[in-house]
Amino acid sequence: MFEQLNRFFAPVDQIFVTTLHWLVGFLPAAWRPVASSMLCIAFILMVFPALFSIVTIFERKGIGRIQNRYGPNRVGIPGTKIRLAGFGQFLPDGLKMLTKEDIVPRAADKLVHFLAPVVLLIPVLLTYAVLPFGRNMALADYDAGLLFFFAVGGAVEVSVFMAGWSSRNKYSLLGAMRAIAQMLSYEIPLILSSVTVVMIVGSLNLTRIVEAQAGHTFGLANWFVFTPWGLLGYLIFFIASLAESNRSPFDLPEAESEIIAGYFTEYSGFKFALFFLGEYLGMFAIIGLGITLFLGGWTAPFACLDFIPSYLWFLTKMLGIVFIFIWIRATLPRLRMDQLMNFAWKFMLPLALLNVLVAGLWHYLAIGPLRWIACATIIIVAYVALGRGLMRHQKLGQRTYRYAD
Amino acid sequence: MSTLLIITAVVTLFAAVAAMSLRNLVHCALMLAVSFSGVAALYLQLNAEFVAFTEILVYVGAVAILIVMAILLTRSGESPEKSVLTAGWYAGVAVTAMVFTTLGWAILSSSALPQTVAPAPVVSVKNIGDTLMGRYVLPLEIVGLVLTAAMIGAVLIAFKAEPRDKNQKS
Repeated sequence: MFEQLNRFFAPVDQIFVTTLHWLVGFLPAAWRPVASSMLCIAFILMVFPALFSIVTIFERKGIGRIQNRYGPNRVGIPGTKIRLAGFGQFLPDGLKMLTKEDIVPRAADKLVHFLAPVVLLIPVLLTYAVLPFGRNMALADYDAGLLFFFAVGGAVEVSVFMAGWSSRNKYSLLGAMRAIAQMLSYEIPLILSSVTVVMIVGSLNLTRIVEAQAGHTFGLANWFVFTPWGLLGYLIFFIASLAESNRSPFDLPEAESEIIAGYFTEYSGFKFALFFLGEYLGMFAIIGLGITLFLGGWTAPFACLDFIPSYLWFLTKMLGIVFIFIWIRATLPRLRMDQLMNFAWKFMLPLALLNVLVAGLWHYLAIGPLRWIACATIIIVAYVALGRGLMRHQKLGQRTYRYAD
Repeated sequence: MSTLLIITAVVTLFAAVAAMSLRNLVHCALMLAVSFSGVAALYLQLNAEFVAFTEILVYVGAVAILIVMAILLTRSGESPEKSVLTAGWYAGVAVTAMVFTTLGWAILSSSALPQTVAPAPVVSVKNIGDTLMGRYVLPLEIVGLVLTAAMIGAVLIAFKAEPRDKNQKS
């Protein structure tokens, strides 16, 4: 029965690829490569900002739900009584952003101030080029795709600095400093945790990495997250990606209660919306990378679910992780700067380095339960020892309050 | 020469000149980042993916930020009244151009250069990794050691010896 389902859904799985070939087929041969890239770019530019607008509603409604309030529930179709449960909210939001006055501070460095949101969006959108969204659906199949992702993603810091510095505002500059320090610190565990995958697969190509996780043992997928090093790697990757996308509890760069909006305090109107968009697109991209590296990319978790189109799996996993991100945002309080740095350098970095070692061990040990036990033991012992060691100097006890007399 | 190459080269050179001549140091650093990206684009056109991505990762992502931070931490935001380009500079540029022409002419007309251009080898990232971990593992390790020493030195300089009980927060 599954065979039939597979055969039935195979054209659906490749529908975007076949549509692209069909559309490009109308053009003369010389134009085809350019037109094909243009269509792919247009596809990414349509899908992910649309996802962004939907996710903002989900986020507001989700956080509202967790905090025991309604969230947006008014906007519906104008002229009727249909309210769409508030899911029309993103349209007036977008229109409001477009029509708002664009205020630039008099002391600001006009050109750099103008360019910063543009410079933010370019690297963020470029990272989507190497992500495999589905079977045969990677736009640029670079041999060093993973390196491309990290290289281009690193350029975001330049734009953050541009925004913070050019605004000539102490809150902006503080936010930019915080953001850069945080991004640089968490990039190291992020990259080190992905190195384990590269070691096991033996390739930096993201499509190869997904293919290495295809197949099932005992009905369960061969995703890397189901191995000891993969689980630790994904947890480190997940936490670091929270920090990289400036999400709570790592939202110090834009802590509203401390420094207004951080590096984009002095932005208004559509430039502000661009920053917002860039942040969410960056979040989607890094979630997509985590899915590709550890959660099997577009492959199905169970063999019997293979017939569902690959891009739907990718989207489902992405929305699932986005939901966890929102959940964490509504649950955890913000870290302090020293806690943030200590966590990155004293806890995540040693664990990530150890994980590289464990992945090497995993590669050389014979397949069987022994390597499972060995690797899991090393990881658990290191985790407990490190955690205990760091907590010992914390002198945690009952909190004492002091008041001004 | 393709149009793409000319565009990248012009952008890179323009950014490099701007990085030298602009008054505001932060602008210079940002133009330097543009120039680095241009160089990376040139590498990419030569099919040297690995070098191009490393260029962006190291120079745009880290070195440019480092320079910018160094400027912010050491100077006030005031930019100098006059441009850094003075008459002495132009003389220097002229001398440099002459030396470059002479050297270039000497090298190009030298018989030590191979007369036929060897076909470009197909280098994958895997090859680079194998070579780095095989043939060049000793230089790689030494570079790592030197960098670690530099980092420890930097930490020692930045580290202020404070009494131990300062850590205790009330």
